[in-house]
Amino acid sequence: MVPVSYYIGLSAVLFTIGALGVLIRRNAILIFMSVELMLNSANLAFVAFARQHAEMSGQIFTFFVITVAAAEVAVGLALIVSIFNHKRSIDVDEVSSLKG
Amino acid sequence: MTANLVLFLILAVVAVTAAIAMLSSRNPVYAALYLIINFCCIAVFYLLLNAPFIAMAQITVYAGAIMVLFLFVIMLLGGEELPPGTKIRWQRPLAIFLGVVLFLETVYIFITSPDAQAALPEVADAFGSPTEIGLLLFNRYLLPFEVTSILLLAAMVGAIVLTQSEEKGEKK
Repeated sequence: MVPVSYYIGLSAVLFTIGALGVLIRRNAILIFMSVELMLNSANLAFVAFARQHAEMSGQIFTFFVITVAAAEVAVGLALIVSIFNHKRSIDVDEVSSLKG
Repeated sequence: MTANLVLFLILAVVAVTAAIAMLSSRNPVYAALYLIINFCCIAVFYLLLNAPFIAMAQITVYAGAIMVLFLFVIMLLGGEELPPGTKIRWQRPLAIFLGVVLFLETVYIFITSPDAQAALPEVADAFGSPTEIGLLLFNRYLLPFEVTSILLLAAMVGAIVLTQSEEKGEKK
């Protein structure tokens, strides 16, 4: 049996890579993919702890997170398409119209 | 080393490599494909953790539906490759420094918590099966489940409105 701390360590590594992606990349679609990666690492931690405590609520939460991620992606990608129609670019540095 | 541990280590290497490749690839299509590899690895981890229903949901919803949506949008926007370099001067080194700090903090909190050290308890065969998940979902978590349907409806309406108003503006 693999100890639960291994899964948590892997989850931490994946979350950090996702956070780095959000900080480093300028392509709006890649930033979205990094957010998905972070959500997935959190899900992995949820399922690992659910297994450890033999309590299935963690798996139910993962189920809800997956649903919310689907809704978030639908709205987010619609926003990106809308911004692209306006600016002809998906560079997040270009989207600074609200800056004073 | 048990077979489970060997499988875990191989898959962990694949998952981390795919995540780093996604982070560093210039072409968004390749990034999306690397992310699908990562999601499939995580689905196998769910299977190792006695969560077969979540694993299948992960493959159908994440690796299937969500990534296909991503690929559609990448194709629609032409898979634009942005030139390297940033406008903010210290962005990259600062981001890497903050990332390392975040990683150390996360590992410290997770590893030092008493929960992480304990051995895994034995669970029944039915643990995480669709039957058990369904019973829990429609009894204890019925209200969140219904709220989820409203959320999905709102997201659907939002996506349609966001993309439609743009077309109307162009026609005028």
